[in-house]
Amino acid sequence: MDRLISKLLFLAACSSTAVLALIALFIFKEGVPIMAKSGLGNFLFGSNWAPLQGQFGIFPFILGSLWITFGSLVLGVPLGVSCAVYLAEFAPKKWVNVLKPAIELLAGIPSVVYGFMGVMWLAPLIRNNLGGPGLSILAASCVLAIMILPTIVGVSIDAIQAVPRNYKEGSLALGATEWQTMWRVILPAARSGILAGVILGMGRAVGETMAVIMISGNATAIPHSMLDSVRTLTANIAIEMGYAVGDHRQALFGTGVVLFFFIMILNIVALRFARAKS
Amino acid sequence: MRRNTLSVVVLVICGSLLASGPGCSRKHHNIITLAGSTAFQPFAEKLAERYQAEHKDIHINVQGGGSAVGIQSALAGNADIGMADLLELPDEAKALNSVTVARDGIAIIVNPQNQVRALSPTQTHDIFVGRITNWKDVGGNDAAVRVISREEGSGTRSSFDKLVLGADRLVSAALFQNSNGTVREAVASDPSAIGYLSIGLVNDRVKPVSYDGVTPSNENVKMGQYPLARPIFFLTKGQVAPMVRAFIDYVLSDEAQGILEEEGLIAVK
Repeated sequence: MDRLISKLLFLAACSSTAVLALIALFIFKEGVPIMAKSGLGNFLFGSNWAPLQGQFGIFPFILGSLWITFGSLVLGVPLGVSCAVYLAEFAPKKWVNVLKPAIELLAGIPSVVYGFMGVMWLAPLIRNNLGGPGLSILAASCVLAIMILPTIVGVSIDAIQAVPRNYKEGSLALGATEWQTMWRVILPAARSGILAGVILGMGRAVGETMAVIMISGNATAIPHSMLDSVRTLTANIAIEMGYAVGDHRQALFGTGVVLFFFIMILNIVALRFARAKS
Repeated sequence: MRRNTLSVVVLVICGSLLASGPGCSRKHHNIITLAGSTAFQPFAEKLAERYQAEHKDIHINVQGGGSAVGIQSALAGNADIGMADLLELPDEAKALNSVTVARDGIAIIVNPQNQVRALSPTQTHDIFVGRITNWKDVGGNDAAVRVISREEGSGTRSSFDKLVLGADRLVSAALFQNSNGTVREAVASDPSAIGYLSIGLVNDRVKPVSYDGVTPSNENVKMGQYPLARPIFFLTKGQVAPMVRAFIDYVLSDEAQGILEEEGLIAVK
């Protein structure tokens, strides 16, 4: 019986990997021919996206995804980590009981609601004070920064709390201040956990589609500043899939292939970075 | 413990068998499938609902997907009727029978704060290809023009491009929204934006501008004075089944055309 159960569990483990393999296979099968047809260089580094005229350059979307992901991390990581530090180490118990569930609640808000708030409040704010179309990299980064907060805060709190108590006691006993202890002892010890949270948050930022479609403006031109409108890889697929047939449809699957590698490369770089430091 | 796990497994298997059983056996024999144009989809659903209320034995299945999907699924036989809202049907659709069931006008809209009330065809063309980039060149305030278009593949987009842009390309700085509703919201919230959408969906959050001196309205399209309009086609392949024929006849009937008119489209009769 035990062996049967373990076989069943093995099968379950295999099936989830098999699903991944099948998805990858399907995306590649649909997307690779068009990449070969228009030339990999033209596909990746072409700046003209006019699928009905046979031009499939997705470079602006790659830049768009990079900018928005980068922007959301720049805004979201310091906020998230400082929030986690406060909640894990300094906050009084009753504040923790209010703030932590409140932050976790952020994760439960549907992304279309974030997008709507961005369109109604943030975009006009940016347009009136900073110029540009409002629907921009900056707006999308701000909204995504808030969307990735629960992930970063939650994982970071766990990481900080997992640091052995005697590290802190030892540091304080040696005469270090609370701040020195936090900055020099606890955060370095919790780094790998915090980085895991950041990578998870980054994954969410890259993959987010609905909110980004609503607040990034979806322009197909190469962005020149944080105030320009861009389209991300995910948005390109979601916006046009409904209508696409033939080469156009394949080009969207090609976008999916690029997104696949994009996420893998980002993850590998992030993991390397994490290992190199510790 | 062991017995528990086993019974759970058995329960799950039985459950899944039960769940799939009734779904398979409940089958309509008289199904009409429509697919295509997202612009016409809500209207098709409304008409289907009315039609099914009178014909209990027929089930009408309305799917979206866009005009291109409408043409493809009619060609492939996946749908009995393909819906397309294009100015001209592409060459591959020449093999299909097409009936125009309604027409839909396209209004050019700006923000209510914008001073501009009228645009000539040349001005509109120049704005959308990026030759005019400031509202003051067409009689408005000194503010940069923000062009909002629809995504590639949309029927509204391709009709608009053909009617207004001709052979020229849309300005590369254009923003894109993927539905009539989001175009309207984007223009409503941005004082210097310009966009276009179906006439029936214009409301007081945005201001339609007159094109070539004619106000965009269904009456003006009907009288042939307002040029920005496109037909909505029902596409069928080869010999049409009698029940499909009957539904198309219903859509062309005075009753159904009246409903379409009430909902904001332009009747063909």
